[in-house]
Amino acid sequence: MADKIHVKTNINGNDIDFLCEPRQSLLEVLRDNLDMTGTKEGCGDGNCGACTVFLDGRIVDSCLVLAVEVDGKSVSTIEGVADVDKLHPVQEAFLEHAALQCGICTPGFIMASKALLEREPDADEGRIRLWLAGNLCRCTGYDKIIRAVQSAGETMQGN
Amino acid sequence: MTSTSNPKSKYNVVGTSPIRHDVLGRVTGKAKYGVDLRLTGMLFGKTLRSPHAHARIRKIDTSKAEAHPGVRAVVTTSDMPIVNDEVADFGETMANYRLLAELCLANGKVLYKGHAVAAVAADDIHIAEEALDLIEVEYEVLPPVLTVQQAMAEGAPLLHEVMTTRDVAARFTRGTDTGVASNIASRIVFQGGDPEAAFKNSDVVVEREFNTKMVHQGYIEPHNETAFWAPDGHLTIWTSTQGAFGVRTQISKTLGLPEAHVKVIPMEVGGGFGGKIRSYMGPTAALLSKKTGRPVKIVMNRKEVFESSGPTSGSNMRAKIGANKDGKITAAEVYLAYEAGAYPGSPVAAGASTCLSPYNLENFFVEGLDVVVNKPQVSAYRAPGSPGAALAVETVIDEVAEKLGIDPIDFRLKNATKEGDRQVSGVVFPRIGCVEVEEAIKNSDHYNTPLEGKNRGRGTAMGWWFNGGNASTAMVTVNSDGTVGLVTGSVDLAGTRTAISMQVAEVLGITPDEIYPSVGDTDSIGWTGPSGGSRTTFSTGIAAIQATNLVLDEMKKRAALLWETQPDDVTFENNSFISNKNSEDTISFKDLAGKLMGTGGPVSASSTSNPTQVGSAFGGHICDVEVDTDTGKVTVLRYTALQDVGQAAHQSYCESQVQGGAVQGIGWALNEEYYYTDDGTMANSTFLDYRMPTTLDLPMIDTILVEVPNPGHPFGIRGVGEVPIVPPLAAVANAIADAIGVRLTELPMNPGSILAALKDKK
Ligand code: FES
Ligand code: FES
Repeated sequence: MADKIHVKTNINGNDIDFLCEPRQSLLEVLRDNLDMTGTKEGCGDGNCGACTVFLDGRIVDSCLVLAVEVDGKSVSTIEGVADVDKLHPVQEAFLEHAALQCGICTPGFIMASKALLEREPDADEGRIRLWLAGNLCRCTGYDKIIRAVQSAGETMQGN
Repeated sequence: MTSTSNPKSKYNVVGTSPIRHDVLGRVTGKAKYGVDLRLTGMLFGKTLRSPHAHARIRKIDTSKAEAHPGVRAVVTTSDMPIVNDEVADFGETMANYRLLAELCLANGKVLYKGHAVAAVAADDIHIAEEALDLIEVEYEVLPPVLTVQQAMAEGAPLLHEVMTTRDVAARFTRGTDTGVASNIASRIVFQGGDPEAAFKNSDVVVEREFNTKMVHQGYIEPHNETAFWAPDGHLTIWTSTQGAFGVRTQISKTLGLPEAHVKVIPMEVGGGFGGKIRSYMGPTAALLSKKTGRPVKIVMNRKEVFESSGPTSGSNMRAKIGANKDGKITAAEVYLAYEAGAYPGSPVAAGASTCLSPYNLENFFVEGLDVVVNKPQVSAYRAPGSPGAALAVETVIDEVAEKLGIDPIDFRLKNATKEGDRQVSGVVFPRIGCVEVEEAIKNSDHYNTPLEGKNRGRGTAMGWWFNGGNASTAMVTVNSDGTVGLVTGSVDLAGTRTAISMQVAEVLGITPDEIYPSVGDTDSIGWTGPSGGSRTTFSTGIAAIQATNLVLDEMKKRAALLWETQPDDVTFENNSFISNKNSEDTISFKDLAGKLMGTGGPVSASSTSNPTQVGSAFGGHICDVEVDTDTGKVTVLRYTALQDVGQAAHQSYCESQVQGGAVQGIGWALNEEYYYTDDGTMANSTFLDYRMPTTLDLPMIDTILVEVPNPGHPFGIRGVGEVPIVPPLAAVANAIADAIGVRLTELPMNPGSILAALKDKK
């Protein structure tokens, strides 16, 4: 076992430091070391998007990022998306449009959709489908997810 | 779109689309799935799995692993008690507890690559993984059999030296022993009339052979089980399972514990589709916990999910259908040989008894074989056994209609089954919606919009599924403020907490959000079958309605007490109790709830259901495709799924079930397969190579809910979840045939096979 490394980072606006082994992924540290289990693991090899988080404002598969890499950077996870008493429009739209069944894919879809809509709230169906192609959902057939993202975009544009 | 009213529904709550009780936790990352569990002092377990598809285990030496720093315990089959042969109904499949024990830890022989051989508990997952490399296993490698044809060939290696073929007369029976040692575990036959003579007198006969590969349910959350064996001998299991009670039985049988000493706590489930009924690691985690005195959690990785959980069967099938010029089917003959995987129990009997259900037939012969092969033991997968068989029947039906020059839906309507007709299994159909669905197809915008363009085609197909009944328990409690607690034993896979609450709300005349529904563990609620077989909203709904009525009966007594009259003189309607004797005596549900303590104490009631009048259901799908003849890629242009859902319970989630099932079927048709090398290695055990549909592969999935109420449910509810995966395989295949004029008979119909088929055509 290699020596543990001290990592200083910011997660959802809070400065956090932790000790981890060099072989641990960001996903593993979030879930097992920091008890932030909202970010999910579906594959561990970058093919399902369930572990999507923001790293310095860009979305990444946290299973493909080593925890030591986030030193000095900022991370946002599903736990930081809603305010204490108010859901984000994307979350609200997922509720309203019944855009989930089991919900295991949902944190990843919400993070990825939020990243898209913050840049392109007017994204059309084709654009949304392209953007979300890295996130697998096995329950819904995606129809209601796409509609939810479109509707969240409208809300974010203030329509 | 969620909404709290539906002008089409004759009910106030049932048929609307309220927001689910449990979704807030799911969109904020707060919901606790089995994988999210963390207990004080918890160890991490990992399973050593066989690198061979078929081998005898000569020796296992765990001493080096045990000595590795951070390793707390190692277990093998020698830690497992001896389990006797006992066959039981296990959700949608049958299972033998001895074989289930061997599935959890191989005993003497490994029967597929990925078969569990030993397991380790360590301080963290990485140490556990290191320790696996230190376990020394000596194998005598045996030749594997990987397809039903190989398994049934003369002189094929036998997986189970003691297994003999059984002749089975009906689904869910063990059948009689033929005494013949073979890889064929059982054979089932349904026959009626004289098909041979009828074929001779037919104007058109089409016969084709089909081959399909194993496919996986593909749930995103991997299997997980956490066990704590307390010093007093009580074992607790936390797991993402479709049915806590089934897991309890399996664990108590395999570990020799009384059921009362095993408590299973069902966690939220990240997808199951039939694949999360069996326990794969529970007994192992329990044994590791017993050895260490600490909780042990084992989670599969994705490769393990593919190689070591329960996909559904690959198959070899033949379908032969005859008809006359007037469009009447004369006879049908179907042969199905399904891979069971390493242990008996493929869903071939279900395939055999469902595949001809859309047609009323006089002459038929259906034969199904359950064949063991050196692959993971199959598990249930959404309408298990039915989609493959429907591919065979529904594509041949399409071809017969084509040969006769009749519209395929008109052809189906001419032969459609109705209430009172007999299925091939002999069971008589109750009120069903086969004709209604077919007529809805004919009237749909999709079917009436011409499809134009080169290499484009349209296909239709029907599908049927029994739907399950099975027993459920529900408990309803009235709170003093008029809100209501509801506990059921049904794991909530996709909104059943709410769909059941809606039925209670309908009876009480309150809103679903005045009810708080929860899922009980095996100690806190009565026996409830797994959430599978499209049974939960239906059967657990009935238990909840019954419990609600018991609560109302007791509250009538309380009202009678207040009004100094008899309970029989009190009626309940529109959310109020009313005295038949004095019209001024009326009290709302809420107000009476506040007076319970003063009139005899709290009110709650439990009820169990075990309904027999299960509403089976038909679905029909329309699919438009475009085939790129240069690359072989098939693009689904438009897709409409129609289904008789009975009275829809929750509108949006009925649609979502239908959409999700259709898309799983599209993936099965076009891309998904277990790709095996000759030595029995699955070569594509990642989500990159096992290609499930993504957002980019699909159009919107239109749904048309046809509502033929089920007389077996107070509100007419039918099961919904499984039927939608039955028609897509054939609907896509028929669309491709229409587009390029070639009938593909092997799945998946991926670019490679499309190009090969086009080449053969030239
Ligand atoms: S868990 Fe990271 S992409 Fe699947
Ligand atoms: S809702 Fe279950 S995987 Fe998406």
